[in-house]
Amino acid sequence: MASSETSSGLTSDGAAYQLELTSVTKAFPGVLANDAVSLKVKPAEIHALLGENGAGKSTLVKMIYGILKPDAGEIAWEGKPVDIAGPNAARALGIGMVFQHFSLFDALTVSENIALALPAGHRSDVDGENLAEEIARVSKSYGLPLDPAAYVHDLSVGERQRIEIVRCLLQNPRLLIMDEPTSVLTPQEARLLFETLRRLSSEGCAILYISHKLQEIRELCETATILRGGRLVGTCDPREETTQSLARMMIGETPLKPKRDQATDAMSDRPVRLRVDGLSVPSGHAFGVSLKNISISVRAGEILGIAGVAGNGQSELMEAMIGEVLCDLPHAIAIDGKPVGKLGPRKRRELGVCFVPEERNGHATAPGMALSENGLLSADKRMGLTRNGWIDEGKRNGFASDVVSRFNVKTAGIHAAAGSLSGGNLQKFSVGREIVQEPGVLIVDQPTWGVDAGSAAFIQKALIDLAASGAAVIAISQDLDEIFAIADRIAVISEGKLSDASPVDDVTIEEIGLLMGGIHRGDPGDTSQTRPGGGAS
Amino acid sequence: MIRLEPKGEDSRVMSRFSPVIAIALTVVTGGILFGLLGKPPGASLYAYFISPLSTLYGVSELGVKATPLILIGLGLAIGFRAGVWNIGAEGQFTLGGICGGALGLAFYEIDSILLMPAMLVAGILGGMAWASIPAFLKTRFNANEILVSLMLTYVAVLLLSYLVHGPLRDPDGFYFPESRLFHDAAMMPNLISGTRLHWGVLFVPLGAIAIWLLLSKTILGFQLKVYGQAPRAARFAGYKEPRIIWFSLLLGGGLAGLAGILEVGGTIGQLTPVISPGYGFTAIIVAFLGRLHPLGVVLGGLMMALTYIGGENAQIEIGLPSAVTGLFQGVLLFYLLACDVLIKYRIRIGSGRSARV
Amino acid sequence: MDALMLLLLTVITAATPLLLAATGELVTEKAGVLNLGVEGMMIVGAVTAFAVAVTTGSSGLGIIAGAAAGVLMSGIFSFLTLSLLANQVATGLALTIFGIGLSSMIGKGFVGLAVTPLSQLDIPGLSAIPFLGPILFGQDVLVYLSFVMLFAVSYVLRKTRIGLILRAVGDSHDAAHAIGYSVLKVRYLAVLFGGAMSGLAGAYLSLAYTPLWAENMTAGRGWIALALVVFATWRPARLLLGAYLFGGITILQLHGQSFGWSIPSQIMSMLPYLATIAVLVVISGDRAKIRLNAPACLGKVFHQTK
Repeated sequence: MASSETSSGLTSDGAAYQLELTSVTKAFPGVLANDAVSLKVKPAEIHALLGENGAGKSTLVKMIYGILKPDAGEIAWEGKPVDIAGPNAARALGIGMVFQHFSLFDALTVSENIALALPAGHRSDVDGENLAEEIARVSKSYGLPLDPAAYVHDLSVGERQRIEIVRCLLQNPRLLIMDEPTSVLTPQEARLLFETLRRLSSEGCAILYISHKLQEIRELCETATILRGGRLVGTCDPREETTQSLARMMIGETPLKPKRDQATDAMSDRPVRLRVDGLSVPSGHAFGVSLKNISISVRAGEILGIAGVAGNGQSELMEAMIGEVLCDLPHAIAIDGKPVGKLGPRKRRELGVCFVPEERNGHATAPGMALSENGLLSADKRMGLTRNGWIDEGKRNGFASDVVSRFNVKTAGIHAAAGSLSGGNLQKFSVGREIVQEPGVLIVDQPTWGVDAGSAAFIQKALIDLAASGAAVIAISQDLDEIFAIADRIAVISEGKLSDASPVDDVTIEEIGLLMGGIHRGDPGDTSQTRPGGGAS
Repeated sequence: MIRLEPKGEDSRVMSRFSPVIAIALTVVTGGILFGLLGKPPGASLYAYFISPLSTLYGVSELGVKATPLILIGLGLAIGFRAGVWNIGAEGQFTLGGICGGALGLAFYEIDSILLMPAMLVAGILGGMAWASIPAFLKTRFNANEILVSLMLTYVAVLLLSYLVHGPLRDPDGFYFPESRLFHDAAMMPNLISGTRLHWGVLFVPLGAIAIWLLLSKTILGFQLKVYGQAPRAARFAGYKEPRIIWFSLLLGGGLAGLAGILEVGGTIGQLTPVISPGYGFTAIIVAFLGRLHPLGVVLGGLMMALTYIGGENAQIEIGLPSAVTGLFQGVLLFYLLACDVLIKYRIRIGSGRSARV
Repeated sequence: MDALMLLLLTVITAATPLLLAATGELVTEKAGVLNLGVEGMMIVGAVTAFAVAVTTGSSGLGIIAGAAAGVLMSGIFSFLTLSLLANQVATGLALTIFGIGLSSMIGKGFVGLAVTPLSQLDIPGLSAIPFLGPILFGQDVLVYLSFVMLFAVSYVLRKTRIGLILRAVGDSHDAAHAIGYSVLKVRYLAVLFGGAMSGLAGAYLSLAYTPLWAENMTAGRGWIALALVVFATWRPARLLLGAYLFGGITILQLHGQSFGWSIPSQIMSMLPYLATIAVLVVISGDRAKIRLNAPACLGKVFHQTK
């Protein structure tokens, strides 16, 4: 439980804490995001802030970085109480932060992006050559290669993260906050990042490392502070804990791992329900990824997992599968043998495919509209909710009630706006709306992204049950644990190309990691040359 | 410092009341303005908002002015719901007047009961044709419909001016820039004798009910709303963007064109260089004042019609400048937009940080 | 020679108000705000400048008053859209409707009056150069200002920290907020600058172009200025080209008859509006280019505590 050191502001060896939070509280309308949370970070320590989605980690660090103001509580920096008025003030103190959703400007260059985070009048202001030199120096010495003149929209996710890190390092921070940094990296890239962080720590910079990934916390961090539901659960040394004990502290109880029954008959005897054959889609916009020669086949009863680092063509693939972007060739996509490449989403649904896109707010649902109306979006034809263009309100409401009750969606009712639901409940609605339609093929993108553990387990079980009933399922996910838990076969998408699918039992995380980094089996696999998946080449 | 906190869900109560608050604030502002102009505020406001309605003629004029405003406003409300910003209704109105009016003049000698219906159809088609230009350029070339439809308004007004100065000028009119007066068969019959109110006013309830059914009962109306609120969700559902843009603009243009021919063939009785006191623009306010809801648009149209006849009345009775009308309309829209913040947000006064515990 | 010079001089007078207003709107849009009320700010600027110039007898005060009126108008817009988070399209339209009403009310007592046209500021020596002298160095103060402001805006946007911050706010207001810039402050200033420039454009119309006051005298120039920003794909240098192109078209319309063309004047008057549509079609067709150059946050509401 909580650390026994009570002497105010001093560590056991008598030095002042780098950062000390005492009973910090922050409430948003309807949510108590942080409830009297305390946190002590020693100088030069790598300190984990552990918690699942929605535990209040991001809110807490936003207060440290001055983006949010605490409602109550104290923040002390190097032993002195401080009032951090904003990010500029935080940076002036020596706090740097690398955001989970990067705070970068797509239309600006690397050096412009970095200049914006430096204080006005910094010795290398705006486009001076000094800045370019300094970027080159820092990026070289920490192994973070960057081209100062490149535009951000041309860079890969890994390179973008490097900009954020270099931007912090240029200001010689005493504390570096990293918000879920590895969620966008391949395992190999993550290891390189850990080396950089250890090096920084050895040079005296404390690191506050936010994550919900237990293994990497045990590998990297010396101390862990654990949050659950906005409250402090405890502090521990993660190196002395097991993954299971950390998980118990983070989640409260060991979550039920979805269990797959072994298939009774041979997979190869079953019919192919979805076939994608040489699908290529040039990127529709300047900052997108082009899909290159993608082939997939999924049989009845099978779940195919598609892994990959965010931004490698997943959303483009999803758009092409839904039919938001049409293919040039009708045969590029076939449902139960029928070519659908040139058909729109409505026609594809009639043939038995349903979809759950990644973004639940605004893509899968219209947030301002009632759940009952959102049911109409994808189910009007399959469920007969309209007749000759007129909406059958009884059927419409019945369908929405059915989804809400079968998927255990917590809501004020089917007339509540979709946007008023919590992430987990809205996701259960979005997935449930498609599964209740009993599709022959279901394609889901990031089915449990940003969802609480209970809802995630529920959704994963629903996908498994759907496959068991004879549907073919594709689950695109960044979460490797999820893919290994639910999928029969796994393929990896990288720079718009999809690897061959392999049975999950035949591959290791390491192999998947290499594929995520764009290295294919049989390639001269020198990991030191691993380059993160990038934009269209 | 003022802070806004999202309510999460839109307040239905505020959604109904914010137009009422906006109107009240406009009236108060009007009173102050009249005072500043050296007129007695009470008497001025009475002359503006009350006394026009004290006679049958006044009430009938309200109908005369509200008819085009509501018809155009209904069409615009559909477009704005879909996020299609047709602000060239004034031009579509003008084209409706030109096409319907030209037909009436072409069959000047013909005395057939079919002439008026034919003129209405011509007017509707004229408005739709004018609106099809921004629809085509938007769907084909991605050209901004706001600027295109607005530019076409200037073109339409110039076209009307050219026609009444040239080809459609009354040959016996001593070079006066006006067409001949329409024949009886080319005129909308009068509804109440002694007033200018004609049968065209019946299009208002018809139109309002039809638009209400479209918006609340049909999948097409639902598609328009989804496209306006969450365009990505509309693409996910598979609704076709060009179809929604074409439908919104053609419907808006058709209703504006209908309003135009009703004005020319029902109220004015001939083509003149100016056939609208800015109905096409005022209808934008009508649509917002009515919360883009058909019933609201009817009420909003009556309210805005009152600012027109109130302005005329106040000019006669108190000597207020007629430009006050435009000013009032602009102020009302400002207040309305400001009050709308109450629908989505809760206003908190005080600093961002509450006292430390 | 003289006829050509005269033509070029009139092109400058027609282009200047467009250039002034479009330069202001470009800055506003670069910060991510779409203010469709240019027409309204322009016409209030025109009537205010005229009224002050007539009353005080000073065109200088008139110009300042015109700019100030533009600032006040844009202040209403920025309060509604930035502080009260109102829809920018609807508020811009409201600003135009309000501006036209307000201007005709203010201008009621000034119809038919005249002011001395804005005097030329000859640059000694240079303005005596034959042909080029009067064109380049014999203009009034607002013509010079239109160039100075365009180059200043171009320089500031590309070369200074303020310009960088402005572009950053227009590209991603969330990122700008996250690293500590006040999105609201930057946007308020950008909108107010746009208002001042529109006010100056109006002042130029009523003090130099006509020079008199007439209702609706802006005749859609504010809207054309908006289209010019799209035409220029948000790059100042191309704004200059666009404004002079449209200035030329306007002049063509005025001089059509003197060339002996037998086209009715109304049809000629349609030219600038038709040309605007043509330009929009040509530029907007290239969606990729628009997406690359348009500020990514253009027209989007920024709410801080989300």
